[in-house]
Amino acid sequence: MNEHKPIETIQPGCESCPAHHAANLLKLGVDMQDWDYVVALAGNPNTGKSTVFNALTGLRQHTGNWPGKTVARAEGGMEYAGSRYKLVDLPGTYSLLSTSVDEEIARDFILFGQPDVTIVVVDATRLERNLNLVLQVLEITDRVVICLNLMDEAKRHGLTVDDRRLARDLGVPVVPTVARYGKGLDALLQSIHDVAAGKLRTKPYRIQQFSKELEGTISDLSKKVRAVFPNLPNPRWVAIRLLDGDERIIEAFEKGDLGELSQNTTESVELQPQLSRGHAK
Amino acid sequence: MNEQKRPNAEQVLAHARDLRWKISSNLHERLLEGIYTEASRLAERAVSRPDSPPRFDLDRAIDRLVTSRIWGFPIMLLLFTLIFWITISGANIPSGWIAHLLLDKLHPLLKGLAANSILPVWLQGLLVDGMYLSTAWVVSVMLPPMAIFFPLFTLLEDFGYLPRVAFNLDQIFKRTGAHGRQALSMMMGFGCNAAGVIATRIIDSPRERLIAIITNNFALCNGRWPTQILLATLFVGTLVPAQLAGLISALTVVGVALLGILLTFLVNWFLSRTWLKGEVSTFSLELPPYRPPRILQTIYTSVIDRTIFVLWRAVVFALPAGALIWLSANIHIGDLSVAEHLINILNPIGLFLGLNGVILVAYIVAIPANEIVIPTILMLTVLLTGMNSVGSGAGVMFQLESNQATLGVLQAGGWTLLTAVNMMLFSLIHNPCSTTLFTIFKETGSKKWTVLSALLPLTLGFIVTFLVAHVWRLIAAIS
Repeated sequence: MNEHKPIETIQPGCESCPAHHAANLLKLGVDMQDWDYVVALAGNPNTGKSTVFNALTGLRQHTGNWPGKTVARAEGGMEYAGSRYKLVDLPGTYSLLSTSVDEEIARDFILFGQPDVTIVVVDATRLERNLNLVLQVLEITDRVVICLNLMDEAKRHGLTVDDRRLARDLGVPVVPTVARYGKGLDALLQSIHDVAAGKLRTKPYRIQQFSKELEGTISDLSKKVRAVFPNLPNPRWVAIRLLDGDERIIEAFEKGDLGELSQNTTESVELQPQLSRGHAK
Repeated sequence: MNEQKRPNAEQVLAHARDLRWKISSNLHERLLEGIYTEASRLAERAVSRPDSPPRFDLDRAIDRLVTSRIWGFPIMLLLFTLIFWITISGANIPSGWIAHLLLDKLHPLLKGLAANSILPVWLQGLLVDGMYLSTAWVVSVMLPPMAIFFPLFTLLEDFGYLPRVAFNLDQIFKRTGAHGRQALSMMMGFGCNAAGVIATRIIDSPRERLIAIITNNFALCNGRWPTQILLATLFVGTLVPAQLAGLISALTVVGVALLGILLTFLVNWFLSRTWLKGEVSTFSLELPPYRPPRILQTIYTSVIDRTIFVLWRAVVFALPAGALIWLSANIHIGDLSVAEHLINILNPIGLFLGLNGVILVAYIVAIPANEIVIPTILMLTVLLTGMNSVGSGAGVMFQLESNQATLGVLQAGGWTLLTAVNMMLFSLIHNPCSTTLFTIFKETGSKKWTVLSALLPLTLGFIVTFLVAHVWRLIAAIS
């Protein structure tokens, strides 16, 4: 679904010109035919995921200044630099180890939906807590772009966030934005495009936290997991979840759901029209 | 292919289970610890804080005020009363304009057109007097209050006030044996209960989520605000001098909404001690930063997303309901029409509850959407009282130039202050609309809980209206 057709219609020089980006973005709304790439929007609650989603797709998914507003996933489309993208706005989560339905929807999609790019929208004023989720996402997938949002709030609180150092440390692109006022979205689009098209190789930061012995056990189990589900992109992560006794992963493992990758349909999609029309209040 | 792999998967799982016993038991803690330590280290490297603490933190200052023990609740009441006061006093005039346009001007025009067409007379009546008029009524009564209420409410939301309300309430929710996040799903319910039920997904314990789903109905929804606003204006506002009418009506609506919150607590408490016993979960509720509301954008989205959406839903349900009512008023069995038979059957029960047969029929008609309760009641009342001067025949929705005319119709139908009060109570406490029930069924996957969600508030509604009616009559008899 994603290897072939990035149709580059733009002259090489124009691509890097900031003035060109806005013109390149075509908001497709709910038109999501023949997409080339799938992009997931993850992040802690109330960091502005839906605002980024609306800005990119031209949809008007109801946004609210409170955590937990998006409880199902919303989908929309956009076209940028000749490629068509399907965007999936996920419910906000603090972690991927947790148990509520909204967090499960987010985790399942990143895990089984295999998005080409996962954007983690991060609140610049609460970086430490937001990084908890970022680090967990980086364990699952390496195609990640960090959208360092609410930079205006950070400034208002007198905080300076060094996005370059963060990008170096995390090994993935970090783009500072103020999504509410459309600032930084050009650079975000460019990063999404670069990662999706494979122009930019990420080197995600992985936590080294286990003893040699435990690492041996994990990699041994990972091999066995891979033997059962050869297409799994992150057997190590699944192995750790199994060792941790994660009931949902064990269940998915038993039923063979882990093998049916990218066919993820949750019931949340059916309920979505009620929410996207915005009477979610 | 799964058939071949499944035994293999089981072996791997069994192996993993064995390993879990062998490795140290604190894997989960070590995982979390690793994540927290690294997140903290990386954040430390990237963020530089100002050397001196900020001179004055506006957010903290506002928070201290709106979530304070003393001022939190009064400010909440003040803000909501203000919103309803603006809604009630602002909606009257545009309501009149729209009614004038749709009912006085457009209706005769359509009637004339129909009369000259080849359509049979009964179909003319069904289309123009039944379907068109009921729709026009819904639009003129509901559009103005919604066009004022929703943008105001959305501005409050965009500013970041709602999580503070939830913050003020979450301790009480916990004390009633429910999850503090239910405060948030309840806030969603104030717009639409179906959305509120979906919003309970943020509650991770199934027990507390069920409680939140069952009690969401006690949050007054879009379909019921207009009923409350209209009745408060007509029956309560007119009890006081004209200058105070708007304020008193607004306070009445706030009072009903507060009663809904109180009932939520009571039913929470009841459920968590009977069918849904269990531990209360802990959670952290985050207070987002205040943001200057984007006024134009908020007005745009609240008009498009909420006002038009709700109005559309009302119209969609009003069209067939209008047709149904017109038919029931014009098809006769013996001397009386179908509608009259139905009303006569339900009237004793209605009066026993301090309501009347018309109201009960209206609530049966309005199971798909609470929005059409008031239009149905008015039309049936006119039919029953034979007030032909207001309408133009059986089952015809009529011109209501002013609230005074509406009041006149209801009083002719035998309405007293008690009827209005009980009607407002019953509007708050009865079964959820069919959309919400369907959503409950989809979210819980259980017929049992869906039926309970319908019957529990309905029973409670009967009990409350019965008690109010009898105490009221007792007091009236004594004095």
